[in-house]
Amino acid sequence: MSRPAGRLTLILLLAPLLLWLTLLIVIPHAAMLFVSLRERVGVGEYAFGLGNYLTFLAEPLYWNTFVRTAWMSVLATALTLLIGFPVAWHIAKIARGRARQALFLACLAPFWASELVRTYGWMILLRESGVFSAVLQWAGLAEGPVEMLYNDVAIMVGLVYTSMLFMVVPLVTTLDSLDDSLIEAAYDLGASGWTILREIVIPHARPGIASGCIVVFMMSLGNYLTPILLGGKSSLWFTGLIYDQFITRFNWEQGAAFGFLLLGLSSAIVWAGLRLSGQSLRSAMARP
Amino acid sequence: MARSTLRAVAALAGAALALGAASASAETLRLLTWGGYAPDDVVAMFEKETGHKVEVTLSNNEEMIAKLRATGGGGFDLAQPSQDRIAGAQAEFGIYKPLDLSRIDAAQFIPSMLEATKRNTTVDGKVYGVPHVWGTSGLVVNKAKAPGVKDYLDLCDPALKGRVSYRLKRPTLIAFAFAMGEDPFAAYADPDAYKAILDKVEKKLVECKANVKTYWSGGDEILNLLRSGEVWAAMAWDTGGWKLNAENPDITFVAPASGALGWIDTFALPKRGRADDAAYAWINFVMRPEIAARITASAGNFTASKGADAFADPALKARFQASFPPEAIDNIKWYPPVPAGLEAMEGAVLDRVKAAQ
Amino acid sequence: MTDTPDLEAVRLTRRFQDFTAVDEVSFAAPPGSFFSILGPSGCGKTTLLRMIAGFLEPSSGALRIKGRDMVGVPPNRRPVAMVFQHLALFPMMDVGRNVGFGLRQRRVPSAEIERRVADALERVGLPGFERRRVDQLSGGQKQRVAIARAMVIEPALLLLDEPLGALDLKLREHMKVELKRLQETFGATFVYITHDQSEALVMSDQVAVMNRGRFEQIGPPQELYYNPRTAFVAGFVGDANRLRGKVLRREGDAVEVADPAGPPLRAAAASAGLAPGDEAELFVRPEAIRVSRQAEDVAGMDNVFACEVRDILFNGANSRINARVAGSAREFDVAAPQTGEFADLRRGERIHIGWNAAAARAFAAEPAEPGKAQAEEGAA
Repeated sequence: MSRPAGRLTLILLLAPLLLWLTLLIVIPHAAMLFVSLRERVGVGEYAFGLGNYLTFLAEPLYWNTFVRTAWMSVLATALTLLIGFPVAWHIAKIARGRARQALFLACLAPFWASELVRTYGWMILLRESGVFSAVLQWAGLAEGPVEMLYNDVAIMVGLVYTSMLFMVVPLVTTLDSLDDSLIEAAYDLGASGWTILREIVIPHARPGIASGCIVVFMMSLGNYLTPILLGGKSSLWFTGLIYDQFITRFNWEQGAAFGFLLLGLSSAIVWAGLRLSGQSLRSAMARP
Repeated sequence: MARSTLRAVAALAGAALALGAASASAETLRLLTWGGYAPDDVVAMFEKETGHKVEVTLSNNEEMIAKLRATGGGGFDLAQPSQDRIAGAQAEFGIYKPLDLSRIDAAQFIPSMLEATKRNTTVDGKVYGVPHVWGTSGLVVNKAKAPGVKDYLDLCDPALKGRVSYRLKRPTLIAFAFAMGEDPFAAYADPDAYKAILDKVEKKLVECKANVKTYWSGGDEILNLLRSGEVWAAMAWDTGGWKLNAENPDITFVAPASGALGWIDTFALPKRGRADDAAYAWINFVMRPEIAARITASAGNFTASKGADAFADPALKARFQASFPPEAIDNIKWYPPVPAGLEAMEGAVLDRVKAAQ
Repeated sequence: MTDTPDLEAVRLTRRFQDFTAVDEVSFAAPPGSFFSILGPSGCGKTTLLRMIAGFLEPSSGALRIKGRDMVGVPPNRRPVAMVFQHLALFPMMDVGRNVGFGLRQRRVPSAEIERRVADALERVGLPGFERRRVDQLSGGQKQRVAIARAMVIEPALLLLDEPLGALDLKLREHMKVELKRLQETFGATFVYITHDQSEALVMSDQVAVMNRGRFEQIGPPQELYYNPRTAFVAGFVGDANRLRGKVLRREGDAVEVADPAGPPLRAAAASAGLAPGDEAELFVRPEAIRVSRQAEDVAGMDNVFACEVRDILFNGANSRINARVAGSAREFDVAAPQTGEFADLRRGERIHIGWNAAAARAFAAEPAEPGKAQAEEGAA
């Protein structure tokens, strides 16, 4: 029909998306940016400046917490990939019919409970008076109660458990699309299993690996409950700092600045990761 | 304990949605309070008697302030912050409106407590809070395993390595300051002096860290840790100690030698609350002695209601008396109002303690 | 042939649960030969090929390549290379890395890999294609890259799994000739499976016709065509008119078969046991039938019919006349002689056809053919 009518349709079709982007993403972020640039001078008095950002740079505690959070998130991502890959391989290439559905469901099952319940579940398992400790004592492998909670390993377990599905789903999708005859051809030409994995399977699955890793990394970095509840007395997590600034310190300005730093630094890490693995964000997102 | 930084944003959105509903006579009272302060039976009785509806949101001091700040004092019609946390928050964020004392039945309150609360919550000559529930924090101790714990510093006894828990929050700083012979309340007005005290406390808390199993953050969490025997001594609320005492006589609340810390939770009106009638009706309703006794039964703490003692559970009274001989009651350190900005200084200390190895 | 065969199978069998895909197959492919396995889909030929490649282990029987027992040897340790049905070129690598893949696995020095890859690409007619991406190639080029990739490792055997199936007709015709030429260039033994008889006939030195897990006949294409030993081979290889009837008489190799449409048909018996009273199946190739407008031209032949032209299927040199026997529903496909004599033949015209007994072969009729066997890929 006429061009103006076509454009109107387009605008109407785009309206929900634009509204969503504006109301829930652009405006809150703009407001946060504005807040983060305010410095508290005295009671109820504020001035514009970068002070809140400088605090982050000046205080090693904040820096260290960020580095620790990022490093543990990278580790959690790597572990999730390491555990998730064989699982995804099994689902995509080996399991058939019912077994395949059951496996998928098993990955999904943790998400029927809320994150809080899941985390408490791990606390029940890992705590000194918990299930694992009791089993170890019963089996004679431990003399007395064993505390497995309140340390970084417990955080890692919780993060990997929470992230597994988000790694497995994109991996299954890409591995599903890998033609079995490519693997057979490589095998036939004399390649070992390891070579096939390195030269055929991983290059093919790269977009899935990249999108899974991005999601898991961002989820781990932004996780709050798991590190706070499972982590030990010295365990700092960057989101915890943001929470403390907003809620217990009433320092929204600092909290907002931390929020923006988290956004910026995590984006930088994802970008660097993509560059290192020779991927672009577009190819990683094309086949989620 | 399910907190998230998104809470503030959610509160904002919730407030915007709630703007639609309001009526003149039968109002909906959106109550921002603590667990146990608005038990279901009391809410039902109130709704039946007045026709108002009550929506209860459970929270704590910090979250109450954060929520009200996020909405500029909207989203709730009645809040119950501790008396020491009103003046500072009001001066800085202006989130409350003054109380109309003529609409509150003063005769139902214990006079001394009412006067003290009014004094502590006065900003620019206007009163912002009246008392409701009071209690203390001190030590909850498993006497069978840690008989020697009498004061906060005893928590740092090497014999209790890995068997101690407390919160990483401001009451811990205050408690340790008193136990170290300082008077932090006297130093509230003098930032330098307060800083010096905090430095001492920080050093002590870092030293003491080896003893800590975990820093607890929720009431149920610390009760579980004590109940299971994983923690032998903790800094916690008196009610928690009495509750565990009922299950296991070895565990009870101990008023520390340097004094328990006394808190009073109040009633305060958020600035943009829209159901003042219902709010005043609720205050006068729950301060009735027989209702107040029900709240004591549910929360475990006593109230500022005059004559409610007569209705209170004798077992609870006995536990209270066992923990608080008369001299211990006199030794309770009541929180004075926190000056605005003090939390930032304390926060930095808490961060460093948490980060210390 | 005194040499050890490149490939030798002895009573090779593969069962899947309750279904036998390959049933006691024995054969030997001499060195340097082009050996085809021809059969309808579901006959077990892919299962057989996968056993040779090592992707499947036989349930019983022996398999030897260059005299070496292959049972239990994994695919990456067998001296065979395979060209897959859909070629299976690695899309993550360029042409050069595809072709060099097998050499890299064998730890050949990279300079030598480069030289051998260039040489292999040259031999398949794609010199200088090393840096091309796989998706930049045409169908025929991909085909040749796949062959180069397999041949560069100098396997004792090259296995080809219907590699022409995905190509268009013209290219397929061209690649048939090309493959035969490549096989001669490389001098390796090719084992080629197909369901397309013309591919098998054109390229092969030896063809094995496979049906329901068994080999029906092995031999050079001419032998299969002119001398089929079973009804299945006669029907499957080349075109044939099929007739059925009871055997009336047998004299030596000659039989007479009752025909409800006319006098008894005379044919050469191809099954030894064929005896009077048996149900027989007769096969007559279209080009073996003489056709004329005059009855006297065919009068001396063993079997003659007066027919009416129902249709003329013009296809250049392969043109056919579809003729219906007068006063009957029986139809024959007859090759149209290319002498120009019949260029003006019209539908409805009367013609006479005839053939001698030696041109028709009679087999003991098989029981009515059951539905197609299970898909041969069933458990692959």
